[in-house]
Amino acid sequence: MKSYLLPEFVIDRDDFRCIRCEVCVRQCANDVHWYDEEDDACYLDETKCVGCQRCATLCPTSALTVRRNPASNPDNANWTMDVLMNIYKQAETGGVLLTGMGCDRDYPIYWDRMVLDASQVTNPSIDPLREPMELRTYLGAKPDALEIKGEGANQRVKTRMAPQLKLEIPVMFSAISYGAVSFNTCESLARAATEAGTYWNTGEGGLHSKLYKYKDHTICQVASGRFGVHADYLEAAAALEIKIGQGAKPGIGGHLPGEKVSAEISRTRMIPKGTDALSPAPHHDIYSIEDLSQLIYALKEASHWVKPVSVKIAAVHNSAAIASGIVRAGADIVVLDGIRGGTGAAPTMIRDNVGIPIELALAAADTRLRAEGIRNRASVVVAGGIRSSADVVKAIALGADACYIGTAALVGMGCHVCQKCYTGKCNWGIATQDPYLAKRLNPDIGARRLTNLLRGWSHEIQEMLGGMGINAIESLRGNRQRLRGVGLSREELDILGIKHAGE
Amino acid sequence: MRSTVSNGADFARTRVFKKMIRIYPREDVCIGCRLCEIHCIVQHSKSRNIIKAFKSERRPRKRVEVEEEGHVSFALQCRHCEEAPCVTACLSGAMSKDPKTGAVNNDPERCIGCWTCILVCPYGAIHRVEDGHVAGKCDLCPDREVPACVANCPNEALVMEEV
Repeated sequence: MKSYLLPEFVIDRDDFRCIRCEVCVRQCANDVHWYDEEDDACYLDETKCVGCQRCATLCPTSALTVRRNPASNPDNANWTMDVLMNIYKQAETGGVLLTGMGCDRDYPIYWDRMVLDASQVTNPSIDPLREPMELRTYLGAKPDALEIKGEGANQRVKTRMAPQLKLEIPVMFSAISYGAVSFNTCESLARAATEAGTYWNTGEGGLHSKLYKYKDHTICQVASGRFGVHADYLEAAAALEIKIGQGAKPGIGGHLPGEKVSAEISRTRMIPKGTDALSPAPHHDIYSIEDLSQLIYALKEASHWVKPVSVKIAAVHNSAAIASGIVRAGADIVVLDGIRGGTGAAPTMIRDNVGIPIELALAAADTRLRAEGIRNRASVVVAGGIRSSADVVKAIALGADACYIGTAALVGMGCHVCQKCYTGKCNWGIATQDPYLAKRLNPDIGARRLTNLLRGWSHEIQEMLGGMGINAIESLRGNRQRLRGVGLSREELDILGIKHAGE
Repeated sequence: MRSTVSNGADFARTRVFKKMIRIYPREDVCIGCRLCEIHCIVQHSKSRNIIKAFKSERRPRKRVEVEEEGHVSFALQCRHCEEAPCVTACLSGAMSKDPKTGAVNNDPERCIGCWTCILVCPYGAIHRVEDGHVAGKCDLCPDREVPACVANCPNEALVMEEV
């Protein structure tokens, strides 16, 4: 059948600059470029281009420009080119539309509709370069009250504290499974988390034994497929996370195609080589909060009660009530993953249409947990579309204890968000198991770039806190007075629990 | 003491003091892009302008070569051997080992183009260069702080070490 699909991208090659060095030819896993010796020319097949910018980035003479194909149907707000292409694709294949990364539709980004406060005249701002500024935060259940024993100098805290995770910056790396991404990606994340004093998350794909040495900075996930979950795995974690759902595809399971299940992944995931790794949509042993509680306590028991247990859900309509249930079920940390959360593969319609923005879910959950008087019993971590240090500061002011970054971390390592993770042909060496491509992410460079990113963010967070006259991240938590909405309706402001700018 | 310099360093400056440096490839992260070869050519060109070097000038021969099979690749240039067979074999005394830097260099004025060095080099790292009358090889870019191949490797698969 003749395909009606137009190329998504066009590539301009400046022939004056092109030196026929063939770097583009060797770097493109999609075979877009090739060199013809007879004509001494580089030719292109733009229909295969995914717009990952690898060729343009590595071209030594900047001869290449990859841009969106400007060809479009007559202006039509309803039948956009994307919509048309999706229909052509399905009419030609009869399949489900697949995609990677997070929702790319233009739902309101509330981070960009909220502004932060700063001190002027009546309360002094603080210069973080001259005065101490505390970004350290602890995740885990906090006691209702502290009991003190002893007298005078011998006073000691009597209350037994629940296990805590110590974060030097309130940003952790989201769950990204080995299988969805390359080993080098996992190693980069693990090394950067260790260096920066934060945590990375294994995702549902188990943990390669070579990474056990980063155990003090590893959060091990237990998901519906239970891939790679065994005693050593639980031992190799600083905390355990039960994944109920993820923001990119709430309500549906995962599917790692058999082609990606190499020998190493098969060993790590404990499944036969070359077989599809299917994560069921629900945990088949969890159909109620009580069931969830059983798994939480089973994991606590298995890890000798020294590790916090987290529960991650996708942000959906009633996630505030579910968060309350999760806290009551005994979780130490509740993770909410918003609609913009990423994935290695998801049906496009699910990714773009299911779930709610994380800002609203966070505000609603924090409000509810506070109203019920159980906010101290668990930390709240948010994920899904955290792009900058300003988003982190706003999330903390809205009530989060810390943030997870996934997409931002991958971008830090070179990802250009082309959303083709599901093809396994990531030209940046991230979402691939092809040894030829996976080498492209040097873990030394990946770890360094991530550490730099976190260092940059921590400086910025300190500056923003200082500007507000606050010298500890703990003092900002849930301090919604320091936020104002811009251009938001009364309803949105009520849900976010903030005033409008000018109020 | 050994110190490792990667391509993050300021490579525009020249090595003021004659240092002993060696270049090592890292096969585990070499991505076979061959940018080392391209920048080697530019470095040994007349103008050192990448577009001119490739398009309008006489293109020098690359002194580094990427060896590749399947997904395994690494860049290979002269190892500047301790007991260099090319120095021993050279008929005219053109090939010599710098006692200060340990670098093995070919003097084109003295080279007679007999290709004995090419025959004896166990790495295949010596070639007939530009004009075809003399042998040429990696000179460790003596007027750069960091050799061009190391400085331009996008994945730090070439590492310069001071020895």
